[in-house]
Amino acid sequence: MNARAAETSMTEGYNFAYLDEQTKRMIRRALLKAVAVPGHQVPFASREMPLPYGWGTGGLQVTSAIIGRADTLKVIDQGSDETTNAVNIRRFFARTTGVATTTHTADATIVQTRHRIPEHPLTERQIIVYQVPMPEPLFRLEPRVTECRKLHALADYGLINVKYYEDIVQHGSIATTYDYPVLVNDRYLTSPSPIPKFDNPKMHMNPALQLFGAGRERRIYAIPPYTKVKSLDFEDHPFTVQHWDHECALCASTESFLDEMIVDDAGTRMFVCSDSDYCHGRRGDGEEA
Amino acid sequence: MMMASSNTPLLRARGLSKLYNGRGGCIGVDLDVYPGEVLCIVGESGSGKSTLLNALALRSPVNSGSLDYRTSEGEVLNLLTLSEQRRRLLSRTDWGFVHQNARDGLRSGVSAGANIGEPLMAVGARHYGRLRDAASDWMTRVELDPKRIDELPGAFSGGMQQRLQIARNLVTQPRLVFMDEPTAGLDVSVQARLLDLLRSLTSKLHLAAVIVTHDIGVARLLAHRLMVMKDGRVVESGLTDQVLDDPQHPYTQTLVASVLPA
Amino acid sequence: MYVAVKGGERAIEHSWDLLATRRRGDTALPELSVSQIREQLRLAVARVMTEGSVYDEELAALAIKQAAGDLVEAIFLLRAYRTTLPRFGYTRPVDTGAMRMERRISAAFKDIPGGQMLGGTYDYTQRLLDFALLADGDVSADAPAGPVAPMEPMPHVLSLLDKEGLIEQETPRPGAPEPGDLSREPLAFPVERSTRLQNLARADEGFLLAIGYATQRGYAHTHPFAGEIRHGEVAIELDVEELGFAVEIGDIELTECQMINQFAGSGEIAPTFTQGYGLVFGHSERKAMAMALVDRSLRAGELGETIASSTQDPEFVLYHSDNVEASGFVQHLKLPHYVDFQSELELLRRLRAAKVPVPKEQVETEEENAA
Repeated sequence: MNARAAETSMTEGYNFAYLDEQTKRMIRRALLKAVAVPGHQVPFASREMPLPYGWGTGGLQVTSAIIGRADTLKVIDQGSDETTNAVNIRRFFARTTGVATTTHTADATIVQTRHRIPEHPLTERQIIVYQVPMPEPLFRLEPRVTECRKLHALADYGLINVKYYEDIVQHGSIATTYDYPVLVNDRYLTSPSPIPKFDNPKMHMNPALQLFGAGRERRIYAIPPYTKVKSLDFEDHPFTVQHWDHECALCASTESFLDEMIVDDAGTRMFVCSDSDYCHGRRGDGEEA
Repeated sequence: MMMASSNTPLLRARGLSKLYNGRGGCIGVDLDVYPGEVLCIVGESGSGKSTLLNALALRSPVNSGSLDYRTSEGEVLNLLTLSEQRRRLLSRTDWGFVHQNARDGLRSGVSAGANIGEPLMAVGARHYGRLRDAASDWMTRVELDPKRIDELPGAFSGGMQQRLQIARNLVTQPRLVFMDEPTAGLDVSVQARLLDLLRSLTSKLHLAAVIVTHDIGVARLLAHRLMVMKDGRVVESGLTDQVLDDPQHPYTQTLVASVLPA
Repeated sequence: MYVAVKGGERAIEHSWDLLATRRRGDTALPELSVSQIREQLRLAVARVMTEGSVYDEELAALAIKQAAGDLVEAIFLLRAYRTTLPRFGYTRPVDTGAMRMERRISAAFKDIPGGQMLGGTYDYTQRLLDFALLADGDVSADAPAGPVAPMEPMPHVLSLLDKEGLIEQETPRPGAPEPGDLSREPLAFPVERSTRLQNLARADEGFLLAIGYATQRGYAHTHPFAGEIRHGEVAIELDVEELGFAVEIGDIELTECQMINQFAGSGEIAPTFTQGYGLVFGHSERKAMAMALVDRSLRAGELGETIASSTQDPEFVLYHSDNVEASGFVQHLKLPHYVDFQSELELLRRLRAAKVPVPKEQVETEEENAA
């Protein structure tokens, strides 16, 4: 029997959405705490999942804990529904829940994502679940978890301010381009997950509920709908997003995040929307849900 | 920030004791620090002076006694029961601490400008240009070349690192600065210039300071009042000139007598 | 009369018998053959070859059988065997650019010339124990008919970045010595990158994994991206003096990883991405990737970065990376140490006897004062 068959046999003997109900309850309690304190990291007892740590187990567990039979799930990785990782996770939920899945952002009630926020604006009906590798925004400056906990408790974010000042001294601008820390609700410094900074503005006052799961690091956090989310910057060096000199080669968009692809040995480049659903939509390709 | 009435102390300690394994670090210390006043704590190594300083600055816990601080709004805080949050806030806005070794008081991996700017950023400053201006201004005030604002602390000499540390501490215009042997370990000529700088700054900024030193010369130059410590206890205190010109306690007499004439 | 020596020999021989019996296990079951291990435990074989530092699948399989599956023990066996082998010469450097690839991916680009080739990998399986494998006998798999044809050689992805000058060149610095050989000379500091890489190639996978993981978690983070991972076969060429040209003496299977890391530049030189490199025998991406992470971390010194963590300290990493050395020394504690211990015992007794006990009343007073 190969991996394909092993997957089939999985539906027998497993609870709806794989996790047992007690585990789901534990995660939901953590989620409630997280929503009550926007941007604050809540520890939770992450379980080993059939996917390795680092591959989305946090997002998987959060989705598992909240998904219901009436939901419609979309899964993206780097903006695409078609990467192996997105396909793998979507199949996982299809088999363990029987829930409808879609590639259309507008049709989904839950969007699980790795490293991008969909271009299409989200609504109050929707929940976006982010896969987070490193929930601690200060980890590159202070790896010790115990020390960071103290800094958050005391709102002592001097480390990162200093880092950004030095970036401007050395590079003329802040040198962070993804996983750009944000201040949530004027209180907690939070990692938005490794989304490009291009996506940070979408987090501010978003009508959707934003949930974040870090399985390996065992943390959950949340940003409730319509919450203030501000990217750190200086008054005279304000936060800016990336721009391209190109438009999407397929749909001509000048508004979306573009992936750079090398198409031949000479190094010729092509730029294409990273959000595959958005790109299809603009081209009018009727993609089945 | 400058109080019209300088009669009430900024910092008041009563019966302060910090013991190690049942033995004294410092025992039963009473002191008052007034706004704009420099108090020197003088003693040899093992006298308990550094223990006392760390206790006053809330850098280490005490075993007994009381310690009160009067804020700029006139509120008197019991420092020993203060929450860590308020303590951190206080140390950011009201206090400074200058370490004997400049490296302990600086971030070695970031530039001079970042080091001086950080305390300002910690209390909300968010304008890069103005932060740099403040840092340049302070480098000038401590007689460092402001063109060196982007250099790392390691590029500066020991004496200059100490000036950098002082700038970092003073940039938020604290009301009270603790200093632990700020000139020890530096060349004599460097020490002299640094002392001059400290004297001028404390006077111009009307700073209150508690300075620990083993060097009577430092006390004579900088302090309005001094306290002499031996074996963990204060053996004599009073106005600097009075204590040094007419020491009462035998130990103080020894100390004064042992200073080589200039 | 107590004669320890003879008793010791007898005990050792008896121990060997026990070991052999344990290794064989239940004789009612068929004995595991070396070929079976070589074919069906090929990933274990890959590790033993790499850390044992000998490319010979059969010998590695034999070592695994003899060590009853203890891979560190198997690595030790292979290394010891290596000592007996004469050195004919050095092959030419392998050209991984000419690799016939079974698997080739890049995480840094969505698509690359030649394409992303998934190959056979555990990465997208779901880790569910497959109890059908418990059944013995031939469980026929519905695998694709025959092996998939390997990919034709493609240039490295990193060479494409190179065209824009965005990534540092992997060229030896001028005046750099010939690569050292740790199997012939002891490790000596300061150590060149080529020697570091040799150390890392033979290093314990678990150790490198932990150090690499630590860098990712902030103990000297290097902002790594997997620029390219390729796995496949390369030809080995040896220059034969008598013939005057190089002869291809065979193929070996390699896994190579090139990490793209945090850019660096000095005042005069514009910043470029930096690299970390990993190379192992057989198929082991975990080891190749961990090796690349640690390689980059250890370059902190030459790249002028602040050393903030042990993960960047060559002495800390390179002295403790060899599991043959480590296992030997850790386990040597099982050897008799009773003479050394006797001395400790004696000293402790003397110290305790010398310490004057504190009178009870004095202790109480001090505690009151401290309150």
